[in-house]
Amino acid sequence: MRQTRREFLKTITRGAIATALPIGAFKFLSPREARAAVASSNVRWGFLVDTYKCVGCGFCVKACKLENEVPYDAPVTRTWVERYVILKNGRMLADTPMGARDGFTDPKVQEQEVNPRDIAKAFFVPKLCNQCENPPCVQVCPVGATYQRADGVVLVDRSWCIGCGYCIMACPYGVRFFHPIYHTAEKCTFCIHRLVKGMNTACVDACPFGARKVGNLKDPNDPVTQVILNQRVAVLKPEYGTKPQAFYIGLDENVR
Amino acid sequence: MKSHVLRPLWVVLVVIGLILVARYFVVPPDFGIYERGFMYGFHRKSNEKEWEAFKVKYRTKTYCKDCHPDKYESNMSSKHHVIQCENCHGPAIDHPENPPKLTINRKRSLCIRCHAYLPYPTSQRAKIKGIDPKEHNPGMECVTCHNPHKPDMEGW
Repeated sequence: MRQTRREFLKTITRGAIATALPIGAFKFLSPREARAAVASSNVRWGFLVDTYKCVGCGFCVKACKLENEVPYDAPVTRTWVERYVILKNGRMLADTPMGARDGFTDPKVQEQEVNPRDIAKAFFVPKLCNQCENPPCVQVCPVGATYQRADGVVLVDRSWCIGCGYCIMACPYGVRFFHPIYHTAEKCTFCIHRLVKGMNTACVDACPFGARKVGNLKDPNDPVTQVILNQRVAVLKPEYGTKPQAFYIGLDENVR
Repeated sequence: MKSHVLRPLWVVLVVIGLILVARYFVVPPDFGIYERGFMYGFHRKSNEKEWEAFKVKYRTKTYCKDCHPDKYESNMSSKHHVIQCENCHGPAIDHPENPPKLTINRKRSLCIRCHAYLPYPTSQRAKIKGIDPKEHNPGMECVTCHNPHKPDMEGW
């Protein structure tokens, strides 16, 4: 067999490339593999908020910011408290100054004086990540930097996040933001570092009135699960189909 | 093999090969699909441990009570027993090693988080004993007259 130098070099180059490709590099994700990796877990963290008990002191927001090293004076926060004042004429006023980090101390709402006699109902609504069963923020991540753990908590891998901001746009509840220092997407972690040590989240511990509670929804004897099973609770924006796992007692139609 | 039509194909295959090689080195070995499936569980597994290792700063009352039993007892027998020590004293972190001394917040703004009266029906806020901060001894620290550990007892 005659072989030219050119052909010989070509064959050698091709052969070298083929051997250089490790077999592992060809491993792609097949649906069967994906399904096999899906294992069941006996923990599913959920949250319960009692809006009747909340007084708008904002200790939860302060504790969250200090516990989770969210820059204290930056206008970003993982959890916040909203004030709703609904007047007898049907008008609604709502505000959350600095996410209620310093609580609500001023009777003025949206810089307006409100006559107490005009108030039909007024209340506070703490908000945080709902740790949705179908988190839209996770679906849109183009790099796999945000994900859901087996126990339902959605986290962000700071070393892998490219800061594109898709997840911030995708969350219907607006709980995500850019971390001013790391420049990556940031969100409530349900204080997973505390939960795994058998503690409560920082906001739950800081709440003097028991307006916030965290519990394992897969344990039917858990006090939080008991309330969700036996009392009238609602979730925020159920029409989005995200199956949020933060439940609210006393939610009003004006709350968005 | 000699066809000029096939030549670009080899270029494409080589490029794909190079991408696969790069991918092998760039993607961490524990990156994959986990419990929540491809749609929600595609991630680097070791990141879960990184978050779990985050430092706990708020240690709750159970951490305070052994060294400060007097303060703990007096507080627990009052209406303020629902409030965590760290809400006013700041996070304990590794106190007394780090920080050796906690900064106590004695500011008026701390008390009026709950005690500025807001006339809100359907909220627990209206049921808390409250003042108008603009009328009630403005400029003075609440702790001058009220004991924050045991507010039932007027004065110190």
